[in-house]
Amino acid sequence: MRWLLRKDLLILRRSRLLVALLVIYPVAIALLIGLAISRSPSKPRVAIVDETPPGQTVQVGRERVDVAQYAQHLFSQVQAVKTPTRAQAVDKVKSGEVLAAVVIPPDIAARLSTGVRQAQLEIIYNGDALQQSLVQSQLGSALAQANLGFSERIQGAAVSVIDLLLTGGNLGVLGAPSNLIGLGQIPSKLHGIIAHQPPGADRVALERIASFAEFASQNLTVSKNVLSTVGQPIQVRSTLLHGRRTPLNTFAVVVAVSVSLMFVCVLLAAGGVALEREEHVLARLLRGPPALVSREGLLAEKGALAAVCAFVVAFAMLAGVSAFVPLDWSRVGQWLLALAFGALAFGALGVAIGAGAREVRAASLLAFLLSLPLAFLALVPSGSVSSGLYDAIRTISFVFPFKATLEALDAAVNGAAPSLGGSLAHLAALTLVFGVLARIGLRRAD
Amino acid sequence: MSVALSVRALGRRFGELEALRDVSFDAHEREVLAIVGPNGAGKTTLLSIIAGTLRASTGSVDGPGAGSGARRAVGWAPQQPALYSKLSVAENMRLFARLERVADPDREVARMLEQTGLGERADDLLGQLSGGNRQRVNVAVGLLGDPPVLALDEPSSALDPRQRERLWRFIRGLADAGTSVIFSTHNVGEAERYGDRVIVLDEGRMIFDGTPEALMQSAPEGAGGDFEQALLAFLSEGHEL
Repeated sequence: MRWLLRKDLLILRRSRLLVALLVIYPVAIALLIGLAISRSPSKPRVAIVDETPPGQTVQVGRERVDVAQYAQHLFSQVQAVKTPTRAQAVDKVKSGEVLAAVVIPPDIAARLSTGVRQAQLEIIYNGDALQQSLVQSQLGSALAQANLGFSERIQGAAVSVIDLLLTGGNLGVLGAPSNLIGLGQIPSKLHGIIAHQPPGADRVALERIASFAEFASQNLTVSKNVLSTVGQPIQVRSTLLHGRRTPLNTFAVVVAVSVSLMFVCVLLAAGGVALEREEHVLARLLRGPPALVSREGLLAEKGALAAVCAFVVAFAMLAGVSAFVPLDWSRVGQWLLALAFGALAFGALGVAIGAGAREVRAASLLAFLLSLPLAFLALVPSGSVSSGLYDAIRTISFVFPFKATLEALDAAVNGAAPSLGGSLAHLAALTLVFGVLARIGLRRAD
Repeated sequence: MSVALSVRALGRRFGELEALRDVSFDAHEREVLAIVGPNGAGKTTLLSIIAGTLRASTGSVDGPGAGSGARRAVGWAPQQPALYSKLSVAENMRLFARLERVADPDREVARMLEQTGLGERADDLLGQLSGGNRQRVNVAVGLLGDPPVLALDEPSSALDPRQRERLWRFIRGLADAGTSVIFSTHNVGEAERYGDRVIVLDEGRMIFDGTPEALMQSAPEGAGGDFEQALLAFLSEGHEL
């Protein structure tokens, strides 16, 4: 078997373009996937037409809320392109310079001040269905956040008016009486007056007013709390029961390395076995008795060679990435274990593919067509698709090595759940299964 | 001449298809044995069983070196060269010599390079050689370890006349040196010219075993002394041994 291994190394050394492609291509794909996962979507470029007169405010009690603050909220959520007129904004949307335009009408403050009419914004879209869907989603989220911010400002103003009603003082509104008594102070003051009143109709009337003031004061205090609740009715408190404790960037590293490991290993192993058949050498090697190489030996040599090459590439990637993303080098022993088991499982999958293919190109295409969807399926998060579909995806992911490798590497690099031992056992079982399938495939193809 | 290979009651089924039925013959030292017959007659199946790439359903193939494990009884050169195009001529030979566990691979490679006349092309990559030279290397690899029998499956099918002539001279030289050569061919002219003996297969059955001259004599009137016409007439009459 060592002569076969030496031969394969010699052929690999002479196929520099193939080796370069085998390394560069998966690394490029892995980095793209990693970037896609780790980076949040960029802010959409949106034209903002603010038709409100400068400095226009909404009066709430004694406070004035600047309408421009609403626009500021919106600006922070998008890449704003300030545009003077609606017509210019439409042109920009049509030309594709911006993905959408938001027109803030001049009467927005007047409508808000009425307290009964909703203010309206105009949004202008363009582009294909996918782009429009993306922009609608991002802009909808941005508008919701801006609305929330603005409503918090109004709510704050309302709360301060209620405070003034309760505690008294100056309204700060032109024409309003100064040094007003607070509703909360009225009951005690009335009780003081009532104590000096003789029994009679006046005393009863005063006691009724004092009761009302007490009741109103208590309910206004409750109203303040209600206003806070309406402003942000649901607060989020996160509790992680199980699963990863992995920062997104280190998870992206794990995904990128797993993808590279898979591509290098599967393509090399599948191509290596298929090459023997393409060169018509397989029959010469396996004829007997005695056979020059046993079928098991041939498959083991191809799988092991691919696994070692992929292991080296993947470890180099991990080491290289650690210069940019902090990785815990004290766990390097676990990294090596996860990479080794993953590489062997991918090697077994590769030789199983190669055993069924008649030529290298067919084997490579088959390996690629099988590997890429498996990688994407393994990354589908639960809850993003229907439960039935997710169960199907989980089953498919379970019977191929990518998901198990991803989990093993995530556990090794980040200490994430499930445990490394379980994933390694899973990978060992998959290596055995695909090894047996490869042996059957080679026998059927003879 | 002593027997180099003994084929007895050989049969092979592929599901319902009986590709080979009860074929028996002996191949002798220094003999060139041609196997001819129409498409689907069972020539490649017979060669593959003799070479050890296919198992027989019934019967046996026995030879002096068979089963000893020390030396392969049958060398084999398949129809398409079974070699690595990214390795040189010498590297291909050395690899297979090592896999065959030849005692001194380097000396064996040097011997084969000299025997095939490919010494000057030893360092050329196989993919850069002409079809004829590739076939010579293919045959040379089949001869590594000096097997007493060499099985060749359509050895000259992809060669031009000059390359074919050189190959047959080489094969004749091997037989003269003591090797028993069994080859299959579609080219009945080659069977007549280079075969010491001819075996005719038809639908998996062996219908003739004898010299080319004996086949000519067995042919009905009207063959006009033409070997190909004689074979066609022989096949159309459905002769049985």
